[in-house]
Amino acid sequence: MPLPEMLLAVMWIGLTAYVLFGGADFGGGVWDLLAGGPEGGRRQRELIEHSIGPVWEANHVWLIFVIVLLWTGVPPVFASVASTLYIPLTLAALGVIARGSAFAFRKVSTELWQRRLFGAAFAFSSVVTPFFLGTVAGGVASGRVPPGIAAGDLITSWANPTSAVAGALAVGTAAYLAAVYLTRDAQRTGQDDLAEQFRRRGLAAGLVVGVLSAAGLIVLRADAPLLFAELVAGRALPFLVLSVAAGLASLALLWIRAYLAVRVSAALAVTGLLWGWGVGQYPELLPGLTVEEAAANGTVLAATLGSLAVGALLLLPSLWWLYATFQREHVGGERAGGEHPARGGPRGE
Amino acid sequence: MDAHVLEAAAALRLIDADLAAARMQMALSLGWHIVIACFGVGMPAITLLAEWRGHRTGDDHYRLLARRWARAMGVLFAVGAVSGTILSFEMGLLWPGLMGTFGEVIGLPFSLEGIAFFIEAIFLGIYLYAWDRLPPVKHMLSGIPIVLAGVASAFFVVTANAWMQQPTGFLLRDGRVVAVDPWAAMFNPATPPQTVHMILAAFMVAGFGMASVYAVAMLRGRRDRYHRLGLLLPLTVAAIVTPAQIGVGDWAAHFVADFQPVKLAAMEGVFRTGRGVPLHLGGVVVDGEMRYAVEIPHGLSLLARWDPDAVVQGLDQVPPGDWPPVNVVHWAFQVMVGVGFALLGLAAWLGVAWWRRREPPRSRWFLRAAALSGAAAALALEAGWIVTEVGRQPWIVFGVMRTSDAVNPAPGLVYGFALVSAVYVVLTVATVHVLRRLARDLPVPVAPQERDASGHEVV
Repeated sequence: MPLPEMLLAVMWIGLTAYVLFGGADFGGGVWDLLAGGPEGGRRQRELIEHSIGPVWEANHVWLIFVIVLLWTGVPPVFASVASTLYIPLTLAALGVIARGSAFAFRKVSTELWQRRLFGAAFAFSSVVTPFFLGTVAGGVASGRVPPGIAAGDLITSWANPTSAVAGALAVGTAAYLAAVYLTRDAQRTGQDDLAEQFRRRGLAAGLVVGVLSAAGLIVLRADAPLLFAELVAGRALPFLVLSVAAGLASLALLWIRAYLAVRVSAALAVTGLLWGWGVGQYPELLPGLTVEEAAANGTVLAATLGSLAVGALLLLPSLWWLYATFQREHVGGERAGGEHPARGGPRGE
Repeated sequence: MDAHVLEAAAALRLIDADLAAARMQMALSLGWHIVIACFGVGMPAITLLAEWRGHRTGDDHYRLLARRWARAMGVLFAVGAVSGTILSFEMGLLWPGLMGTFGEVIGLPFSLEGIAFFIEAIFLGIYLYAWDRLPPVKHMLSGIPIVLAGVASAFFVVTANAWMQQPTGFLLRDGRVVAVDPWAAMFNPATPPQTVHMILAAFMVAGFGMASVYAVAMLRGRRDRYHRLGLLLPLTVAAIVTPAQIGVGDWAAHFVADFQPVKLAAMEGVFRTGRGVPLHLGGVVVDGEMRYAVEIPHGLSLLARWDPDAVVQGLDQVPPGDWPPVNVVHWAFQVMVGVGFALLGLAAWLGVAWWRRREPPRSRWFLRAAALSGAAAALALEAGWIVTEVGRQPWIVFGVMRTSDAVNPAPGLVYGFALVSAVYVVLTVATVHVLRRLARDLPVPVAPQERDASGHEVV
């Protein structure tokens, strides 16, 4: 594989990881928003906080990883996208700030009004951020970002049908993944009623995402015919098939409460969407700008890929340790009895 | 007068306002992040030191301090991570001209920084949340990658900034980068002094900043062992680093004298190239003249060249269009150096008292000085950053690309700046409020990581 393609593939793996892990953290915020009043929603919020807490910062780094690889590997693409889409990207960046800091602030706050205020900021920005990131993806996918600095329309590049669907899809996917992951987290900590709640939500969110994806295809047909053609009849078709099949399987698995298996199938469904888009759009990154034309010098690509390979030797075992530490705990352990120790803690809710 | 000219003039004014807004937004978000980032670099080492002392001596005060600091670290890391993220966005939102052309040249250190930041975030999650699930030694070991990765990410990020001061490792043809040596770009001449200066600054800001919290508490009468140790441990770290930083600062200044003489001329307010140039203390530039400054004859020649009659280049070496804003740079430099020496004085005070009596100075004035030292160190940090960055103007890539050519030409950056400023005001208020609460809470509440565990009592 030529170096530019290798770098793009690594970047797309990073994007996939961000959507699967970071996206689910945003989804946690979506469910926090919908959890209800302080008393009624307390246990759900605690479960969400408990699941996200140790991992969200590491998951968040994938976003920075993708951005850095974008400007390192295909600098003109980064400059074009960032300058034309500066409005939704600024809003997404502010959403990132609000989400992360409010989450951390709430964790150490004890007074009810503060916890509610920070909680609201956390939950609201968890919806806003993926939405605007989705509109950015929609603008690029529908060819509304031409190469060149601020060369595209500052408004219609992200306020358009594809962006609207992509934004909604981003929020829906995040919520869906979070619900799926949370069923297992709830089950593992012995909170079967919560698992049941998130199962129902996962089913509902899955249906919504399915409908949104179908609607997205119709919109793409009118709005981005080239990408549509690749998706339904071209190179990207296998990914679309994978996504649909895995999506349907996920609904079935969720129905029969196979909470561990559904994590994999749900992730595959989302992965299929992302790679279908990527493969469908390749080799044109922006209208009239191919990978070859946009790619950085070979020396840069080689040095970066080499460094990332060495870095991966450090990263992957570390990530594995992180997830293993917090996924392994509690099995038959301190919380298995359903008693939530956080109840005794000095918190308002 | 035809409409075209008026329109063009109006457009130009708009662009200028947007350029100013873009620069202010970058200054705000970077100036904010840099303080938090310093704690991210310096605090884990100091916290780990406390945990290790607690483990070795069995003194619970150290353990409590480590837990307390870990709690604050959780908050600071979160705001550090998100305030750093917006910077990577802003590189493209505000400066697409820079990134579209040179993104690949500085991409390598940012990729490496990404890996380092990943390691930091992963082990921070483990260190903070698995405190009670890991045996003590293993837990301390899990903190070491945070320290190393924190220092490494500071190094990598600053190499990219150093490259903007001393751009090397690329070949430009017709405005396009045609060849790159990313390692040469990363290890440019400005990298050694700038990275070392920044990393030491991080330990000073974290050390003095943490110490000042306990100095304030002791001034309010809480003089128990817990507070004494909370003051002494971080203050000792900062006090050890400070003299080294003065030396490194001298190295950095000599570097600027050799490689960016225009910046040095702005720092010192030297307009005319000459021999035996005096050192200006204070003063303000009016109409191209340094006024009201205390002059030390031959001082600058001596300091910059170790020769009282050495030639020092003035701003007259380049056209006025290539001058940085002299007053800003001059004053920022004065503040940084002044505060740096004041902190050296505080460090010496502690050192002398310790050498004589094996205990810190008893004077209330010492506590007052220590209480101020955190804010002072942050002030010196910001001032130094202003010297580096404003002193580079009007270039975004020194001598290669002007800031005005890199800015996003899209209209409306002014509104973006207003929105970002509003968010940062709220963020600042909330961060300060939460940190103050964390510092005030007495006795030490159950830390987040304990809250999730089975309820072992810490105390």
